[in-house]
Amino acid sequence: MYQANISETKAFLKSILGRSTSVQGNDWLTQKMELVGNDTSKARDLYLAFSAAPRFVGKEKLQLTDAEVAQANTIRPGFSPSGWTADRAARTLLLLSLPTGDAEAFVKQIETLFGTADMGELVALYGSLPLLPHPERFTHRAAEGVRTNMGDVYEAVALDNPYPADYMEEDQWNQLVLKTLFVGKPLYRIYGLETRSNPKLAHMLSSYAHERWAAGRPVSPELWRPVGPHIDTAILPDIQKLFVQPDETEREAAALACASSSFGPAKELLATHTALKQRVENGELNWDRIGQAAAAKA
Amino acid sequence: MNTQNLMLIDPHIHMTSRTTDDYERMRKAGIVAIIEPAFWLGQPRTEVGSFKDYYSSLVGWERFRASQFGIKHYCTIGLNSKEANNEALAEQVMELLPLFIYKEGVVGVGEIGYDDQTAAEDKYYRLQLELAKETSMPVQIHTPHRDKKSGTLRSMEVSLEHGIAPDMVIVDHNNEETVKDVLDRGFWTAFTIYPHSKMGNERMVEIVKQYGSERIIVNSAADWGISDPLSVPKTASLMLERGISMEDVRKVCYQNALDAFGKSGQMHESDWLDKNMIDQREKFSDNSILRGGQTPVVGDLDADEGEMGSNIVR
Repeated sequence: MYQANISETKAFLKSILGRSTSVQGNDWLTQKMELVGNDTSKARDLYLAFSAAPRFVGKEKLQLTDAEVAQANTIRPGFSPSGWTADRAARTLLLLSLPTGDAEAFVKQIETLFGTADMGELVALYGSLPLLPHPERFTHRAAEGVRTNMGDVYEAVALDNPYPADYMEEDQWNQLVLKTLFVGKPLYRIYGLETRSNPKLAHMLSSYAHERWAAGRPVSPELWRPVGPHIDTAILPDIQKLFVQPDETEREAAALACASSSFGPAKELLATHTALKQRVENGELNWDRIGQAAAAKA
Repeated sequence: MNTQNLMLIDPHIHMTSRTTDDYERMRKAGIVAIIEPAFWLGQPRTEVGSFKDYYSSLVGWERFRASQFGIKHYCTIGLNSKEANNEALAEQVMELLPLFIYKEGVVGVGEIGYDDQTAAEDKYYRLQLELAKETSMPVQIHTPHRDKKSGTLRSMEVSLEHGIAPDMVIVDHNNEETVKDVLDRGFWTAFTIYPHSKMGNERMVEIVKQYGSERIIVNSAADWGISDPLSVPKTASLMLERGISMEDVRKVCYQNALDAFGKSGQMHESDWLDKNMIDQREKFSDNSILRGGQTPVVGDLDADEGEMGSNIVR
């Protein structure tokens, strides 16, 4: 029922937050964490503290050292608070302070917060999913987050967040990847993109690429990253087409996709592009670089 | 229409009922921030969940939508006077309000007050004044369409009775008949430039000429009726044209609203000075404000005044 050691996570976040808020902000938070952690506290105490957090701790960006970035990943694989703000960290700390023994009561409190949340609160709530206890109870909620049309909220659930890869069902996951492309956000920031790739997703992505090509719209080279391991006879012509695109990153994506495939004809295809094949083999090409290049161009 | 590139605030407008074209025109006309009071949607709600989703949309989706056009969106949260008459529902709505009052960008309790001036309206008006007092929030008062003068006086008396300082109260929808009483008592005195029913802006010019710019605020209250989301810029333009000083125009179309609602601690000039750049790349192509195929706008919208038509609202 736990994804991360809660007291360790709290100590870690609290010390980082301490550098991005005032002494008063920090004191306020310490007091509210104690209050909401108490078994006798009222639901209203949590709701008010959760809403009011930015008024007391501010919205400064957290500053993490390289060691802390690594430590976050040890506390919870994929946990990445580098882009977080003070209020977001404070809200997460309030959630982590709640009594966790009674799963029903815990889920009910979290769902009530979701039901009345403003934009900043939604960002904090979705971002906290990989740290909360009873994670299996929030898969439906995460899928709901993927349906949002608010940019910041979408990023909070879909990008730099390990919860979807660890808990979403395959259909939910596939929608997340497809929608990320659809709304023009970078795939390389999706945690677990490789491990959760699957043949169904590969075919959905291929058919999305066909749609874009038919409309004369550009296709992100990142699209082929989860496709690569599932290249088959149906997808192979897409990759052939990719190899003759004028944009170099698209040709590089074709090479990387083939390199991740165990399908014979894909390997043979790559062998005919010796220069690209060599760049893949000496590690010069990689998907994150392609993603960053595509994001910079968008 | 010439507003000399003034930054403007419309402190009462119901964007939920308006289109994205309006946002675009408002921004072009100089509006940098708006306040959307919670109100009556044109027909009564029958479930408390409808209120919850409405309040959520004011602090969520509508705010996001406004940001796409470089406009900073704030709101006031409250139970409007008409729907206060459904007491069974009003009781449940009152329990919701504390959940929303401390949300980011909530700058007051509003719009509340009297419509028919019934006992139920009085009860929930008073309870919400208490909420405002408890949370140190400004109050945005809707004054009635019928029996306006006595309703306006009563709204002020009751708020004083509850120990709320007049400078924490914005009395809305004033006219020539109510302005003096409201100003004399020290309340913020707001005027709604709304074609055919409330105020026209030529009358507004005369009011500013007579009473000055102290504590006077102009808004549009544009909603689902025949109304004008450019009422504030048009009035600013007309006032300048008719010889009212730039400083006075700036006060009634910008600074006074900021001073009044800024008392919530949730509204600062830096909110839009630092980030009124628009980034429509944040938009989503499905079920959203900008559909596939359009070129997103990045940076400031074209400052061209465009075709605003006449600056007179009658």
